[in-house]
Amino acid sequence: MNSVIRIEKLFKEYETAAGAVPVLKGIDLSISSGEFVAVMGPSGSGKSTFMNILGCLDTPTAGSYILNERDVGTLNADQLAHLRNEVIGFVFQGFNLLPRANLEDNVALPLVYCNVQKAERSKRAHEMLEKVGLAGHASSLPSQISGGQQQRVAIARALVNRPKLILADEPTGNLDTGTSREIMEIFTKLNENEGITVVLVTHEPDIATYAKRLVKFLDGRLIYDGDVAEAHT
Amino acid sequence: MILQMLVEAWRAMGANRLRTFLTMLGMVIGVGAVVMMLAIGQGAQYSVDQSISSMGSNLFIILSGSSTSGGLRMGSGATPTLTVADSQAIAELPEISAVAPAVPGVAQIVYGSNNWSTSVYGTTPAYLTVRNWTIAEGYPFTDSDVRSATRVALIGKTVAQNLFGEEDPVNKTIRIKQSPYLVVGVLGAKGQSLDGRDQDDTILIPVTTAQRKLFGTQFQGTVRFIMAQAASSDRMKVAERDMTDLLRQRHHIQEGAENDFSVRNLTALANTAAQATRVMSIMLGAIASISLLVGGIGIMNIMLVSVTERTREIGIRVAIGARQRDILTQFLMEAIFISISGCTIGVLIGVGGAFLVNRLAEIAVVITVASIVMAFLVAAGVGVFFGYYPARKAARLKPIEALRYQ
Repeated sequence: MNSVIRIEKLFKEYETAAGAVPVLKGIDLSISSGEFVAVMGPSGSGKSTFMNILGCLDTPTAGSYILNERDVGTLNADQLAHLRNEVIGFVFQGFNLLPRANLEDNVALPLVYCNVQKAERSKRAHEMLEKVGLAGHASSLPSQISGGQQQRVAIARALVNRPKLILADEPTGNLDTGTSREIMEIFTKLNENEGITVVLVTHEPDIATYAKRLVKFLDGRLIYDGDVAEAHT
Repeated sequence: MILQMLVEAWRAMGANRLRTFLTMLGMVIGVGAVVMMLAIGQGAQYSVDQSISSMGSNLFIILSGSSTSGGLRMGSGATPTLTVADSQAIAELPEISAVAPAVPGVAQIVYGSNNWSTSVYGTTPAYLTVRNWTIAEGYPFTDSDVRSATRVALIGKTVAQNLFGEEDPVNKTIRIKQSPYLVVGVLGAKGQSLDGRDQDDTILIPVTTAQRKLFGTQFQGTVRFIMAQAASSDRMKVAERDMTDLLRQRHHIQEGAENDFSVRNLTALANTAAQATRVMSIMLGAIASISLLVGGIGIMNIMLVSVTERTREIGIRVAIGARQRDILTQFLMEAIFISISGCTIGVLIGVGGAFLVNRLAEIAVVITVASIVMAFLVAAGVGVFFGYYPARKAARLKPIEALRYQ
């Protein structure tokens, strides 16, 4: 199986007034196409920094990161933006929808930045909203729907440009258990039926069990990489 | 893409209507003031230009000299030193295109039961050329009228109205100081002169008629002043020197002795007036431009606030694939949108205000397409200029920091 993500000897340091603070201390990780990976770890373990680098929102200090056959370290800001647009779909803990735009426009937003025509944008946005069960709400505003529904819209937005990889950063952190389960079922379905690679950050072991593979961080190092079921035994 | 951005700019502006309105108000006032002040300034310039061209262009007036008798110095023109012959000699100079001698006076004019006192100029047909004067009705008198000193008259519009009312004055006979004169034509209207006199309140008769029959003089053939027109404005200096040399020679004035005449450049006077209005209109424009500048700073201020407020939105956009120039364009578009809409309203208010000033204060205003186009370009420029810094600030935000912003 070809790998979507290949990371070798990844280091990340932050410059502070007190000197350089190492956050990631040599990570090696490879994720193949079609995997469902949960990332866990306590606060300060470096998992957020890792996810930012994975999402091409931040760059590593040293080491290499190959995403979808492209060496991220050699790309400039605009090329990174293009890569994010084409390959990655983001789902955030706080939903991050544009408050003034209706659901259709929110879902279609990634398509605006790769020059898809208006009619095609609208068609694909409607398809995606239907997929997450919000077909009738295209012209509602985010403030008019519930948190769970907002997260579905965010998932629709992540899917609209047909990404290879979905990065979800605590997608259920703001939701109740029932809604969390619904959201996780959507991810599972996408992974199983459409073969989309999903990388999910969470601190709830229950949520992590939806994944097949588990990666645990502690103090900037990987301390566990293996099957989800085995981690709890 | 551009359309989508315009829609978003519209939405962003609609999100805080009062703030958008207040920002726009800065531009409205700025552009309105510029358009109105330009209209008033150009109007003033137009009236001055009008007065200057009604006077005639590249003009000299040559006055006969002052005389001194027993320590009492008389003013210019007191001693009649200039003659019709001088005028003819000046006409021979290559720099001079037209020359007319003048014998002015005031007389009571009678037609039927009406009478009117006005200034009467004895002169030659060339006077019409020099003064750039047209004939509204009838014909001018001719050189042969001048040679034979016939009693013919060209009357100004004001005189025609006062004596004839609705009647056609041409070929009617008027009386000037009891003697009958045939009205051969009516002069075209000229309006006010620079010093506010009514230029149409005048009568022109042949210079010989004025000298011999109307006013009379003890010095045969003398005139009070001569008006001369230079062929072009850049030959005014040469013309002035040559006329002075010629007249000194003709009047047998010794080296070092004072002139018994004076040559004055009328156009220079008019140019000073024109310059003064130009300075005034530039000053009006400059003051108005300051308000435009303040309006621009207002836009920049609001755009900076907007960028800070929407940091998170920028983060989301960048995360899902917006490039730096997408963000830059979006914010620039908003700034231009505000300034162009402000400008449109400003132009309307400025034009309206100018018309109001025209009506209420009866000041001439001139609104040109050029000044409106300029106001528009400046407004768009202000939008780009003052919108660029906030837009660049937005485009350069780091995505993780923008996303983390609460």
